[in-house]
Amino acid sequence: MSQAEHEWLAQAVRRVEADPRAIHLLFPQAERRGGPDARGALLRALRGDSAVISAVISDLYVRGDSGERLAILSALPDLDAGPEAVGLVEDALRTNDTRLVAAALGPYGSAWLDDHSFRQGVLKCVFMGIPLASVAGLERRFDAELARMLSDYAAELRAAGRPVPHDVMERI
Amino acid sequence: MRIFDPHIHMTSRTTDDYERMHAAGVRAVVEPAFWLGQPRTNVGSFLDYFDALLGWEPYRAAQYGIRHHCALALNPKEANDRRCAGVLAELPRYLLKDSVVAVGEVGYDSMTAEEEHAFETQLTLARENDLPVLVHTPHRDKAAGTRRTLDVVRASGTPPERVLVDHLNEVTVGLVADSGCWMGFSIYPDTKMDPERMVAVLRQYGTARMLVNSAADWGRSDPLKTRAVADAMLAAGFGADDVEQVLWRNPVAFYGQSGRLSLEAGAEAGPDYAGNTIKRG
Repeated sequence: MSQAEHEWLAQAVRRVEADPRAIHLLFPQAERRGGPDARGALLRALRGDSAVISAVISDLYVRGDSGERLAILSALPDLDAGPEAVGLVEDALRTNDTRLVAAALGPYGSAWLDDHSFRQGVLKCVFMGIPLASVAGLERRFDAELARMLSDYAAELRAAGRPVPHDVMERI
Repeated sequence: MRIFDPHIHMTSRTTDDYERMHAAGVRAVVEPAFWLGQPRTNVGSFLDYFDALLGWEPYRAAQYGIRHHCALALNPKEANDRRCAGVLAELPRYLLKDSVVAVGEVGYDSMTAEEEHAFETQLTLARENDLPVLVHTPHRDKAAGTRRTLDVVRASGTPPERVLVDHLNEVTVGLVADSGCWMGFSIYPDTKMDPERMVAVLRQYGTARMLVNSAADWGRSDPLKTRAVADAMLAAGFGADDVEQVLWRNPVAFYGQSGRLSLEAGAEAGPDYAGNTIKRG
């Protein structure tokens, strides 16, 4: 990180600590002016109860580009957002962007997604070529229904003469 | 040969186009915001479009090894529709985004008072956000429209080197050359400019401040016209360095004024970039 980036970020963090609303102007430009992980640093500087924090995060996410959304999804486990932010994870799982889908199934998504959404997310990873090893807490949340869904998908692939991914084979 | 298409509407194109563009040498594009071919009816329609230009489209381009940036604006045609005027109030938050390298397309379509208001407002937004401006010139009454465009730019105090005046032809290029603004040419199969006429313009006016684009969209157009101009330049005796200047260094220099141009190859490419597939989950 350059000296200019360091100074920009230090000042931006102080502004967000003083007033969470300051983050809206700073967050979009944070990576190019404050260096890598500047967005994460700004999110961690948010102060207030979980309702306030999750409202600010939700606003940032809805108004964010892919980079901003990725930064939010990655930072969720470190924030005091509670279960309120699970809607953002569900939104990311509806996209067609492998980076967002993979980030959605990080530790936060694994902790708060309901069983149905989690299973659908895992199957979507298989469809998009995202390695299942990147899904947080997969062993803990793996259940008979997910095993059936993966087996059925493997049967579809075999019927089409297509290879079954190795990480699916070892789980069915 | 590496090519930067400084004006192309990729949301209207298929992945086959991305594949062919990459094979032809295109490694970077700027997609300016414009209309859909039919009128939008509300501000939300613009916001979804801007979000696509900032999210899905760069992701799609990266799968094919092409870096995608955008220019955002309320376009001249829809500046006349009162239902869409609220876009101007939403633009400031969008102009902060990393992959926005200009304000555009702005300018005149039918030269109305509403278009002029949107044009002037967005020139101000560009200065406030330290962004260059891509200016569309009208297809009808082009010479008069280009003169008035340059008057508005001058009156706004925007430095000419921060302005690219687009869709020029033999009749309007001289006006813009004298103004100090950058000169853009759209090469189309039937209308606007063609590669041979473009080469003649480059012979007469030189290669400085000159940009060539395909402006490919949902109409009859061809995303490989930038490459066709490069080939026509070489065939006409221009050197490889002249081609590199017009088709790479000039757009890099113009949009680079934003400080946000990021050209590492395939920077956003996903894990399956080499497989050239858009994954469907």
